[in-house]
Amino acid sequence: MAEYKSFEITPEVVAEHGFKPEEYENILKIMGRIPTYVELGIFSAMWSEHCSYKHSKPTLGKFPHRGKYVIQGPGENAGIIDTGTDLAVAFKIESHNHPSAVEPFQGAATGVGGILRDVFTMGARPVASCNSLRFGSLDSANTHRLLPGVVKGIAFYGNCVGVPTVAGETVFEDTYEENCLVNAMTIGIVEKKKIIKAVASGVGNSVMYIGALTGRDGIHGATFASAELTEETREKRSSVQVADPFMEKLLLEATLELIDENVMVAIQDMGAAGLTSSGTEMAYRGGVGIELDMDRVPQREKNMNAYEIMLSESQERMCLVAKKGKEKQIEKILNKWGLHAVVIGRVIKKPRLVIWEKGKIVADIPVAPLADSKHPLFPLKKQKGIKPAYLKDKSINIDPESMPVDDDPEGSLKKLMGSPNVASKSNIWEQYDHMVQTATVTLPGSDAAVIDVKNRDFMIATSVDCNGRYVYLDPYKGGMIAIAESARNVSCSGAEPVAFTNCLNFGNPEDPEIFWQFEQAVKGMSDAATVLKTPVISGNVSFYNEGKKGAIYPTPTVGMVGYIFGKEKRYARQYFKEQGDVIFLVGETKNEIGASEYLKVVRGEIAGPVPDINMKTEAAVQKIVRKGIKAGLIKSAHDISKGGLAVALAECCITGTLHGDRAIGALVELQSDIRPDALLFGETQSRIIVTCGKDNARVFRKMAAKDKVVLSEIGKVGGNRLIVHVDWSSQSKCRNINVTTEELIRLWSTGVNKYV
Amino acid sequence: MVKYGVVVFPGSNCDRDCFWAAHDMMGQKAEFIWHESKSIDKYDVIIIPGGFSYGDYLRAGAIARFARVMDNIHTFAGKRNKLVFGICNGFQILLESQLLPGAMLTNKTLKFICKYTNLQVENNSTPFTSECSREQILRIPIAHQEGNYYCDEKTLNSLVKNDQVVFRYCDEKGNIDDSTNPNGSLYNIAGICNKRRNVLGMMPHPERAMTERLGSTDGAFIFRSITEYVKKSL
Repeated sequence: MAEYKSFEITPEVVAEHGFKPEEYENILKIMGRIPTYVELGIFSAMWSEHCSYKHSKPTLGKFPHRGKYVIQGPGENAGIIDTGTDLAVAFKIESHNHPSAVEPFQGAATGVGGILRDVFTMGARPVASCNSLRFGSLDSANTHRLLPGVVKGIAFYGNCVGVPTVAGETVFEDTYEENCLVNAMTIGIVEKKKIIKAVASGVGNSVMYIGALTGRDGIHGATFASAELTEETREKRSSVQVADPFMEKLLLEATLELIDENVMVAIQDMGAAGLTSSGTEMAYRGGVGIELDMDRVPQREKNMNAYEIMLSESQERMCLVAKKGKEKQIEKILNKWGLHAVVIGRVIKKPRLVIWEKGKIVADIPVAPLADSKHPLFPLKKQKGIKPAYLKDKSINIDPESMPVDDDPEGSLKKLMGSPNVASKSNIWEQYDHMVQTATVTLPGSDAAVIDVKNRDFMIATSVDCNGRYVYLDPYKGGMIAIAESARNVSCSGAEPVAFTNCLNFGNPEDPEIFWQFEQAVKGMSDAATVLKTPVISGNVSFYNEGKKGAIYPTPTVGMVGYIFGKEKRYARQYFKEQGDVIFLVGETKNEIGASEYLKVVRGEIAGPVPDINMKTEAAVQKIVRKGIKAGLIKSAHDISKGGLAVALAECCITGTLHGDRAIGALVELQSDIRPDALLFGETQSRIIVTCGKDNARVFRKMAAKDKVVLSEIGKVGGNRLIVHVDWSSQSKCRNINVTTEELIRLWSTGVNKYV
Repeated sequence: MVKYGVVVFPGSNCDRDCFWAAHDMMGQKAEFIWHESKSIDKYDVIIIPGGFSYGDYLRAGAIARFARVMDNIHTFAGKRNKLVFGICNGFQILLESQLLPGAMLTNKTLKFICKYTNLQVENNSTPFTSECSREQILRIPIAHQEGNYYCDEKTLNSLVKNDQVVFRYCDEKGNIDDSTNPNGSLYNIAGICNKRRNVLGMMPHPERAMTERLGSTDGAFIFRSITEYVKKSL
């Protein structure tokens, strides 16, 4: 490799770097000559889907990204929202799917590391992490390899750095068998006046390198993330990096100290495409150039050349631009934490990325076409989607009338409680330190996690969500529901949803059918987010998630963040509290059973139609619940999602045990003309179960009537059994559920936990 | 006011939480002590907080015991007879430094465990538990991978005989058996003190159980005990 300069740029070399012929033509036009090998490598990394968003950028522009809370929208290390105080909240979600599929422990761990750095490079101290994990069937050998590895990796990293992992979701579907999804999110808190951005400026200012040494790990990681996982790419194991959370902790403390001391102009994580992307992007944002000397880059291995150094994705490294004359002070702070800070280059006036090695220039590229998607020679893909054939097939939707009515709802509820996507994941999240920093008010396993902010009059609530099956069966509606549900979860805690981050996991975008899924899902999300006034402030696109059987379910994971305002910090948890409390169902149940967990688990069918959603109704339902909580009327609030009303009721009965409270039963009477299986297990949207004390029930009922929100009293809390009577108008025979909370706990707590 | 010093090693991550418990919750004076620090005599109590000192890649606490501040802590606890309180990684460091007897094994589940546990107060005549009643049950969370306390039989017998076992894992009714032992600790041990009662190590995190909103206020019994004890001796 050392003799790379003698590498001839042949069509094979060009193809190996993942370029399409027309892209290489663009490079020739930009350079006006044949690029050097180093230059070719830089183009390949910067134009990889992972860094360039060349397939997704035009579509992503449709997301709402402005709003009264937005301080920093998409395009930085992380987005930032205002809190109305001296503090702001920074957050972002990112994927680490391919590395985790190859090496689950390191893949997941480095995923956590990367997202933490994205947040603390904005000047924010990370206060909470979340994740969204998807694997194949719980019975598959591959899942038994991946699941414990991924969980251990996340735990290893987050626990050591001391950031609580407070919320998440784990989903099992065959579609993720060969391509698991590992999406990690971090939330941080920053003093507004200390926000720092990755914008280089000041010609002559030093570019400094801090953190771990550069090795040969992860070379071309960004390109690896931008191709389908095949036997061949799995061999690219060197593309997976190795995690050192202790180094990260030191970097975190050192970076925050640098920010306190006000000695930097800009700082950026060396994430995907390492030094190449951090250098290029900081220069591009500042309209300047950057010159780097490879001989000064601290190296872990011998005889590394410029190509390897520029493309290494060794972890726990950052690149910063120092304020004039502050180099020594920066060095001193880093030394205190046992780290080094080295000047490796400087800001230059002409907007070019110039790389020196052994006294010679080995790369000299204009910055704009590397990073600016509006540049005429940037390889932006203007694509048209085609509606996938599978969606035109009539069998995509089931006709419920063709199904006999379920005559054993109790048996079905029991089956669902122990099924992989409903059962408790406590053995997963108990491996994460979810209490460090002493601010976790609502624990994992709830609709939303609630994080206290000390000495201020607000708390933060967050939820990570997506139902990939919905999006597969109906990309537009599925996209809408992903936003609606994550916001609903946040509202159930009493928090007002404010903004979101997203991780758009899809298959190969060059396939017009996949691209159609992508466009439709984004449109659905955008429409939903516009009504809820929750803009996107950061995110990540992960394409090429495919296995032998084709693409994964389109999975646009949403990380929603909201605030609980007020001195009293009134919030709600999802579980039933006291004997005699009145149970209300907020929202209206429709005759919908398509796309449900029930259809899959009990009937063995994966088919639509996906439940309808009306965003105005959704907004009204969420608002009334927030109002009720804020007024102190509501004791518990739980969103109805997977498994429908019956599963939600069961969860309300038993999840108090997670918070050290006891399980408590309920007596519920349902009268309806909807068939009992749809009534109990259908997943009609915009519904929330709330409880109120007897006196407050009347007040809340009035409040809902005034806001014209449908509300029905369905039962009372008490006893040690969940009893549900269903009075179905078309038949005299009642179909009842009568099961002890003990039995529910047993089924629910063993379904998944025995595998972790 | 009582002066708490909270040690900060590279990799400590409960330092700010312990500071908050002592300063904001107890209303006492608190300061951070950098691991290279020489002068610690001005403090009344030293807390060695949880975390992953020096990354703990080798064995929890194995490197921290060589830190400069530890020499001074030996003197602080020995000659000066002042209070030293190790929580989680702090407990592991106290064992590695032989300020307390025994060692930590990996949890019997071989996994990191973070969850609320119940502890029975076995000895309420220490400076750390004087505000508790004997056999009081405290609800305080654990968060560790190496918290499976172990020592030889002779040591255990002497710990029991000298009343050095301060906390044992139990259930909410005070039953102590294997089913109430989260990590496999010998004798369900969650915390021990030295013979002179001025050094305490415990795996559970009392600083995480200081407010109702966080799920328990039982950790305050311990911080209150320390504060009251020092006030009386001042």
